[in-house]
Amino acid sequence: MRPIELFTQVLEVAAALLAAPLYLGWVNQCRAWLQNRSAPSVLQVYRGIRKLFHKDAIIAAGASPLFRLAPYVVFGTMVAAAAIIPSMGTRLPFATAADAIALVGLFATARVFISLAAMDIGTPFGTLGARREMMVGFLAEPALLIVIFVASLISMTTALPLISERLATQALSLSPSLAFTAVAFTMVLLAENARIPIDNPATHLELTMIHEAMLLEYSARHLALMEWAAALKLFNYTCVGFALFIPWGAAMGEAGPLELLGAIPILALKLAVAGVALALIETVSAELRVFRAPEFLATAFLFAVLGLLVHILLGG
Amino acid sequence: MSVASFVLQLLNSLAAMLLLLSFAMLSQRRVVTLVNFLALQGAILCAATLLLAWRTGEINLYLSAALTLGLKVIFLPWLLHRLIRRLDVYWDTDTLLNIPGTMLVGLVVVVFSFGLAQPITALASTATRSAVGIAVAVILLAFLTMITRRKAMSQVIGFLSMENGLFFGAMSATYGMPMVVEMGVALDVLVAMLVLGVFFFQIREQFDSLDLERLESNEEEP
Repeated sequence: MRPIELFTQVLEVAAALLAAPLYLGWVNQCRAWLQNRSAPSVLQVYRGIRKLFHKDAIIAAGASPLFRLAPYVVFGTMVAAAAIIPSMGTRLPFATAADAIALVGLFATARVFISLAAMDIGTPFGTLGARREMMVGFLAEPALLIVIFVASLISMTTALPLISERLATQALSLSPSLAFTAVAFTMVLLAENARIPIDNPATHLELTMIHEAMLLEYSARHLALMEWAAALKLFNYTCVGFALFIPWGAAMGEAGPLELLGAIPILALKLAVAGVALALIETVSAELRVFRAPEFLATAFLFAVLGLLVHILLGG
Repeated sequence: MSVASFVLQLLNSLAAMLLLLSFAMLSQRRVVTLVNFLALQGAILCAATLLLAWRTGEINLYLSAALTLGLKVIFLPWLLHRLIRRLDVYWDTDTLLNIPGTMLVGLVVVVFSFGLAQPITALASTATRSAVGIAVAVILLAFLTMITRRKAMSQVIGFLSMENGLFFGAMSATYGMPMVVEMGVALDVLVAMLVLGVFFFQIREQFDSLDLERLESNEEEP
């Protein structure tokens, strides 16, 4: 392991930790602009997290240790996921330990813990949110896996940095299978990060919320960690999307520090564009009824499988 | 990247879009949107035919592209829109199977048709032979659309979509049927459409609905 690889690893995790709230703030700001509201500052998410860290935590009576543990586990899995995803460089020492399928597993672990913690207190809203989260999760996961399988089939590996590297270096070609899977991935991203067609991140209206309902009982540092983890999750998903569909710009292979330095503004640019796109999708679409969510996710699954089939038949 | 391989990739992408549109038609409940999808499918078919004609230099293909444009992109959708307005059938609400279920059956159908097309693909010598599987899938998905719908209107649209699939299959397996056959098929479709249009009015006069299930139940009464 060369020192530059270790440095890349540390840089990526640090960047994910610091940039995730900024990215979420940027999406919120774009949304506000598009909806003709006066926008909050991009730093608003940081302020929220800082404020929560300074407060005293209150834990509901009867909460089990799992309830206290969950924020740390969720946050930890998201940081671990950030370590696998090649957002700036593809030579990540940590990524050899876990491939893209393990990454899906990490996301699933976070989901299980957050749902268990939501049910732990026994309030009806927590249980409702947890059950809806599990419904969305079990439908979104197969679609995400198939998206990863298609990319793996094209690049003949399941390690995310290698997939990204091979996709970036292969001859430029029109690939309908990647186009289909990109659509499927976007739909999964929206569903998994509680974005608009499935869940509204800004709502506190009890009957329609999913993610917020699970966090109702949390306060202070636990809530701060949960919100930071949610921002990290969005950041991670976006970076997985970059790695699979627009891998150009990251430092490939045995890159030196200069290439790594060059990858930072490119990542920032990609994130800025992705934030605008995300805000645009959320502005033009309406939130679906919860019972229409399976239809939305079935469509995502269909797109992913079509991508797989088209790849097998047309080899593109 | 050479021009030839780029054209082939473009053709493959168009084929993939045809398949996608078939699924869109399978899941669509609004008849008006269904007709628009049919027109779009015709337009993609026309573009694919033009590309192939340019690539192979066959005059026949230019003619059939023009035929596709005139008949399937402009005339038939216009006729269908007019019929929808006059018959006042905008929705086909009750499909026989729920939408996600239909989609899953559709996926199985696609896998089946890819397997089915394997021997044809092995026999054909054209550059576009790998798209034969997609053509078979489009045909069978159109079949599925006809099977799962109750209203006569959606069934006719399924029928037309099936014709698109057949046309695409012939194009990718052998660079198009002979011109006489193609003209004959086009005329058949046109006449069938006109006759069915008259039928729609008759069916509605008799049963006050375009639901074809009523035809079956009526038979049993003395």
